Amino acid sequence: MAQQDVMIDVQGLGVSFGHGSARVDAVRDVSFQVARGCSYGLVGESGSGKSTVLKALCGLYPLQGGSIAIDGRACIGRRNLDFYRQVQMVFQDPYGSLHPRHTVDRVLREPITIHKLERAESRIREMLVDVGLGLDFRFRYSHQLSGGQRQRVAIARALILKPKILLLDEPTSALDVSVQAEMLNLLHRLREKYDLTYILVSHDLAVVAHMCDRLGVMVNGRMVETLSDVSLLNGQATHPYTRQLINACHGYDRKMIDGFVRYE
Amino acid sequence: MANNEYPQQEQTVDGLRQWLLTTTPCSRLQARAGRSYIAWLSFTRNRLAVIGLGIITLLVLTAVLAPLIAPYHPNVPDLEQRLQTMSMEHWLGTDQLGRDILSRILYGSRLTLYVVVLVAIIAAPLGLVVGTVAGYSGGLVDSVLMRITDIFLAFPKLILALAFVAALGPGIENAIIAIAITSWPPYARIARAETITLRNSDFIVAARLQGAGHIRLIVHHIIPLCLSSVIVRVTLDMAGIILTAAGLGFLGLGAQPPLPEWGAMIAGGRQFLLDQWWVATLPGIAIFIVSLGFNLLGDGLRDVLDPRSGGK
Repeated sequence: MAQQDVMIDVQGLGVSFGHGSARVDAVRDVSFQVARGCSYGLVGESGSGKSTVLKALCGLYPLQGGSIAIDGRACIGRRNLDFYRQVQMVFQDPYGSLHPRHTVDRVLREPITIHKLERAESRIREMLVDVGLGLDFRFRYSHQLSGGQRQRVAIARALILKPKILLLDEPTSALDVSVQAEMLNLLHRLREKYDLTYILVSHDLAVVAHMCDRLGVMVNGRMVETLSDVSLLNGQATHPYTRQLINACHGYDRKMIDGFVRYE
Repeated sequence: MANNEYPQQEQTVDGLRQWLLTTTPCSRLQARAGRSYIAWLSFTRNRLAVIGLGIITLLVLTAVLAPLIAPYHPNVPDLEQRLQTMSMEHWLGTDQLGRDILSRILYGSRLTLYVVVLVAIIAAPLGLVVGTVAGYSGGLVDSVLMRITDIFLAFPKLILALAFVAALGPGIENAIIAIAITSWPPYARIARAETITLRNSDFIVAARLQGAGHIRLIVHHIIPLCLSSVIVRVTLDMAGIILTAAGLGFLGLGAQPPLPEWGAMIAGGRQFLLDQWWVATLPGIAIFIVSLGFNLLGDGLRDVLDPRSGGK
């Protein structure tokens, strides 16, 4: 990986909450790099710290240690408007990520107003078509939309600033299976169209294998293994936890589950 | 001809309904109008609330049209006509100075409305800002603002108002300031509680990730969501505010004679309560009806606006 092609560079990232005896280390010494235009998967069970990595990237949590560089520039402390124009995020729960009193139009107009961009009208129209919603949806309130439609609005809101990096926090896990596939295809298409770099957080190995070129496996705030999508499919995972995770994807088997070990 | 007109009119009404209730509005205005219309439909389902709205509308109309509908001047005494009972000339009788009570009650609605509107304009925004800022900021700012709120909340409303009026001098403006100062803390509490539940929700985080500043987040994202519960609370408090204003008037610390303030009118009629009951009773009934109207309206609004009672 040539140095200038690294879009996201995370080194020794540490995030902790609380002080003294109540201190919880949510993320410990996590390092990874994502090349421009690639998509990187973060896999792990609930509480393994994968969403925390995303939020730390956005500056929502203070770093306990380590460094984050986006496109060669180090990100320290409060992020500025330029950062937000480069990095955007899509949340897991489409029912909680849209303002209940704003129309789709207002949701999409807000970032344009904040960043004082021009051509608001055409940007909104273009984005609605891009995410496959169409202009009929422009003046609906979020309670008039289904889960999949809401998630499309959330993606449109993230992309309306034309960012280079999209952080996806389990974007499909709150949706039903048929909509999941549509959403993944949409994300795939948008990545090519806008030349985006993705970090996709998921507990679903199938989704990650479908979407990502590389992935990192997290357990208890540590990254235990990184591997490419090819080696994942070929069963070349080396860490026992990763193997366990792969086995778990093959369906529920009482004997196998009993053989699982908890990794602390 | 007449037969043709009727269905046509029906059609326009139906068209308007469809325009309002469509699931695919084509403009911001239509989306907002549709939303208001749905709220109106659910409001009108509550008959008592509509009665309350009717009473308040009547109060506003009376206040606006008082000079046109009042049969006499409210403040000019006519000592030959003093303490007349109800008759054709004086529908609600006259008071100890021979002034027509109906006219005084009609003009008094202006003062009542004046108090209510000014208190709402001062107290609601103040409470809203203090509460949302405290809830949003957390930490030290929250502690300081909420302790100040607690201090104001610890005073009995009427007593603090009395102290204020005693310091500033009697008069309706000072009474309004005194009432406003004592009535904002509950709104701050409500707004803070709502803000805390919203502060870490995904849509607020999303707005922050788009670069929205603190002021923008509070004004455009948080306040609109706190507004409905504060409006409901303000409406329900209106009855109490009217009573406090009347109480101050009764004690001679609110509106000064000869202003036809309802509380002051009751105070004036107190001496004649046994022989000329209407002098004190009728302004009392006016206070009662208007307070009831605000309470009914507030209950109806709660059903429509409060997110927790299922309204959309």
